[in-house]
Amino acid sequence: MKRVLGLTIGVALFGAGAVHAQGTLEAVQKKGFVQCGVNVGLAGFSQPDSRGAWKGLDVDMCRAIAAAVFGDATKVRYTPTTAVQRFPALQSGEVDVLARNTTWTVTRDSSLGFNFVGVNYYDGQGFMVPKKLNIKSAKQLNGATVCVQPGTTTELNLSDYFRANRMTFKPVVIGKLEEVLNAYYAGRCDVFTTDVSGLVSTRGSRPNPADHVILPEVISKEPLGPAVRHGDDRWFDIVKWSLYAMIEAEEMGLTSKNIDQQAASKDPAVQRFIGATGDFGKMLGVDNKWSFNIIKQVGNYGESFEANLTPLGFERGINQLWTKGGILYAPPLR
Amino acid sequence: MSAVLRRTPALPGPLEWARVNLFSSVPNALLTLLSLYLLWKYVPPFVSWALLDAVWQAPSSKACREAAGAGACWAFIGEKHRFILFGTYPFEEHWRPGVSILLFLALYAVSAMRRFWTPWLVLAWLAGLTLIGMLMWGGVFGLRYVENERWGGLVLTLLLATFGIAFAFPLSIVLALGRRSEMPVVRAVCVIYIELIRGVPLISMLFMASVMMPLFLPSGVTVDKLLRAQTALILFAAAYLAEVVRGGLQAIPRGQYEAAEALGLSFAKRTALVILPQALKISIPPLVNTFIGLFKDTSLVVIIGLFDLLLALKTALNEPAWSGIGVEAYLFASLVYFVFCYAMSQYSQRLERDLARGPTARALKDT
Amino acid sequence: MFVGWYFVSNTLRNLDERKIATGFAFLTREAGFEIGETSALAYSAADTYLRALGIGIANTFRIAVIGVVLATLLGTLLGLARLSHNWLVARLAALYVEVIRNVPLLVQLFFWYTIISENLPGPRDALSPLPGVFLSNRGIKFPLPQDHPVHLWMVAALLAGAVLAWLLARWAARRQAATGQQFPSFWAGLGVVLGLPLLVFLGAGAPHELEQPVLSGFNFTGGATLTPEFAALLFGLVIYTAAFIAEIVRAGVLAVDRGQSEAAHALGLPRRRAMRLVILPQALRVIVPPMTSQYLNITKNSSLAVAIGYPDLVSIANTTLNQTGQAIEGILIIMLVYLTLSLSISAFMNWYNRRVALTGARA
Repeated sequence: MKRVLGLTIGVALFGAGAVHAQGTLEAVQKKGFVQCGVNVGLAGFSQPDSRGAWKGLDVDMCRAIAAAVFGDATKVRYTPTTAVQRFPALQSGEVDVLARNTTWTVTRDSSLGFNFVGVNYYDGQGFMVPKKLNIKSAKQLNGATVCVQPGTTTELNLSDYFRANRMTFKPVVIGKLEEVLNAYYAGRCDVFTTDVSGLVSTRGSRPNPADHVILPEVISKEPLGPAVRHGDDRWFDIVKWSLYAMIEAEEMGLTSKNIDQQAASKDPAVQRFIGATGDFGKMLGVDNKWSFNIIKQVGNYGESFEANLTPLGFERGINQLWTKGGILYAPPLR
Repeated sequence: MSAVLRRTPALPGPLEWARVNLFSSVPNALLTLLSLYLLWKYVPPFVSWALLDAVWQAPSSKACREAAGAGACWAFIGEKHRFILFGTYPFEEHWRPGVSILLFLALYAVSAMRRFWTPWLVLAWLAGLTLIGMLMWGGVFGLRYVENERWGGLVLTLLLATFGIAFAFPLSIVLALGRRSEMPVVRAVCVIYIELIRGVPLISMLFMASVMMPLFLPSGVTVDKLLRAQTALILFAAAYLAEVVRGGLQAIPRGQYEAAEALGLSFAKRTALVILPQALKISIPPLVNTFIGLFKDTSLVVIIGLFDLLLALKTALNEPAWSGIGVEAYLFASLVYFVFCYAMSQYSQRLERDLARGPTARALKDT
Repeated sequence: MFVGWYFVSNTLRNLDERKIATGFAFLTREAGFEIGETSALAYSAADTYLRALGIGIANTFRIAVIGVVLATLLGTLLGLARLSHNWLVARLAALYVEVIRNVPLLVQLFFWYTIISENLPGPRDALSPLPGVFLSNRGIKFPLPQDHPVHLWMVAALLAGAVLAWLLARWAARRQAATGQQFPSFWAGLGVVLGLPLLVFLGAGAPHELEQPVLSGFNFTGGATLTPEFAALLFGLVIYTAAFIAEIVRAGVLAVDRGQSEAAHALGLPRRRAMRLVILPQALRVIVPPMTSQYLNITKNSSLAVAIGYPDLVSIANTTLNQTGQAIEGILIIMLVYLTLSLSISAFMNWYNRRVALTGARA
């Protein structure tokens, strides 16, 4: 009895929200913020800085959604989640959207009950080895010790790849990125495997980047994207178009700096984008200036990339606009 | 032989002292020499690494390592100390968790003094915790509201430990009384609960709280992650505390029970007025030891991604500019935990001595 | 009751609504992930989840058993050191206990793992403190005797020796009770236990081919390995728990009345025999119950392996539940295994405790 009482008091104190009873959008509007599930700490994607403020590409995604819903990018609350916690957190309604470098797979899209809204980072799994081992291809890795993080598709891809190529390896599986990196850099493993983006950022951040090479093989597709729960199409649309608005803005050349001046332009596409003409906001169920607010407060996709990932040594690569040789392609806003 | 020598009342000179205490026999002398050799081998290099050659200010780990050479790189702590202490709490509002930490320390200090062991102390705690709650959450007196997802760092460690103890303690008394109850059902439930919890690692409880608990609640109702972890810690600590309290209950002489009964007191009054005060008094030292354990155990919330002191530190290490400073970072964490736990353990030892010296009667009079 | 029913019904409805699979059918599916250390059991990614979890249990068991033995040894040593008449030794032991006890185990594990993996050289520059032994950040490699049929016979001889030694001790005790004559049954027993396998070994022509670790390609092959993860976990657990055991041993020895050792002394018993016959049996009665909880702690604390990458049960169950999404089953398995382990250790130690108490009463 005492425990029930404690729990009841606790629930009352800390706040418990009914989410499923109404649409997510209404629930979000009522509570006044977007609850966003992010990584506990992954530099460039979601990582608190020295002042305790969350920064990163995924974090910008959360802020964009808040800007679209409230016209205020600060109305976000972040729930840091570990790899194991992220799915239950979204399933149970603890978070409204999961923007946590999560790979879009058919299992997650169907049986776990999620909808991936799109891709905010195209990744693929690769290998990094010390240069002095003089290895040119992943096919030469037979017998190697491989550092890998657990509980992700990475671990499974790794096993698949070695099995497919009839090679053996010894895994060293460590949960925390920092620990697994230290293990690799200390020479505990011959190979470090993770998404290529992670390899690049790791290599750039440590001393003597030239001493390590990233092998040419990319052994998997890792499209990372934000996900929402099944069964709420309106919320799904809002999150999806918040992402596409950022990509579309980059294509149109709209940035947080120039969007005010561009508002005066006669270009009908720009006029539609900033909400001066058309009713896209209303169709989505949010303010008509939603996309203007996203760009004004968060910036376009390219700006977010440059602010968060470029300093760590990431290159745009395939995450470039389709007009510039990449595969980022947003459906038209019209 | 040596025992006799040690009792010699004459004030021994340093040489005599060394002969008796360090070189009383050949094996003893060898042990002393070995210890001295180890000290000489490890202490000076450690001091020069940690203090003399250390670098206290640098913009990144790379720069720090280059400047430090063979020394420690404390610049990391300098750069990140506010994040480690306060986690993701809004930067401009850091004075609020800062004051909260001070309030916690003041409450601990006051509770440690036996002269304040009066009912007023409970009120002081209630007032203190309310004040801390108001400071941390805000939303009143013009303070900005700060949701508890943003709480972190040392203040979260203190919160988890303090609330863990505050809620686990009453629960543990209920469990301990239940385990000694004459009603078989009540006894069985308590025994099963206590043994079940004590048989599994805390990690599995935390996993349960973070992954399974959302499934227990009706769909649409969610309980905050912090509260879930806190609940797991409370349920876990209660089982251990219950055994300590039971030990105290068992130590009360039968006569006390019988006397209380003879006075015609009801069960509640017997327990609350006669038995419990004595039992708790006896169990204070082991209780404090269990508290120390709980304080250290709060560090396990790292595994479910709660920003306590340790995770804040690890996250700071995650930042590329500061990678590879693990040894310094963990030494710093050890130091912080050590200060708290050592203070508690010294206190518990002193208390144990005090309680052992004074007859039980005196201890009883205090209540 | 109501609360229980409420939770269960909610859970069932949630599982149904969210279409989360239930049941233990996943155990027979292919796991698909590799495990770094398998405690000498066969395992590959093509095996089932059940087998993967079995490997996890074996790994947990291995660390717990070795940890208990080493922590007991180190702890006893430290406990006696704290009681030493040597001022410096007693102070150092006290310092050790105070520092180690007051820092969380998890912090210590991170610390040791950082030290081990960052401060040892790679396999190509491995340190070789003894011929055939290599120390690198891949762990400690040491030679292992090559498989030979005589090993099996040596194990048999060891068992036979143990039985013989036990019979010998019984006979000696009975004779001493009857005639008062003493027999050095400890040394004789030790001779039998160690001597028999040695005889078998020599009789077979002393085959001593060693399988040497050899550096080939990425790493050493051959020989036996102690991985850094295992070493860091073992190090952390032993160092941490030894501090607690030291206090228990100290308290146990102090609990024996001073008059007892004085009486033994007055009877003319030499110091060592007084310790073994008078002090220790009485101290053990105080020591055994708290020691039991320390052994339980080692077992449960080994679950922190998940933080530094030793593939224990929790770490593998974690991967499993993340891949299958079946959190309830995964956590149930963890809890059941630990409960079984805990209860078995308690049962064994209770049995031992009764035995110690009984022997004490007879003495």
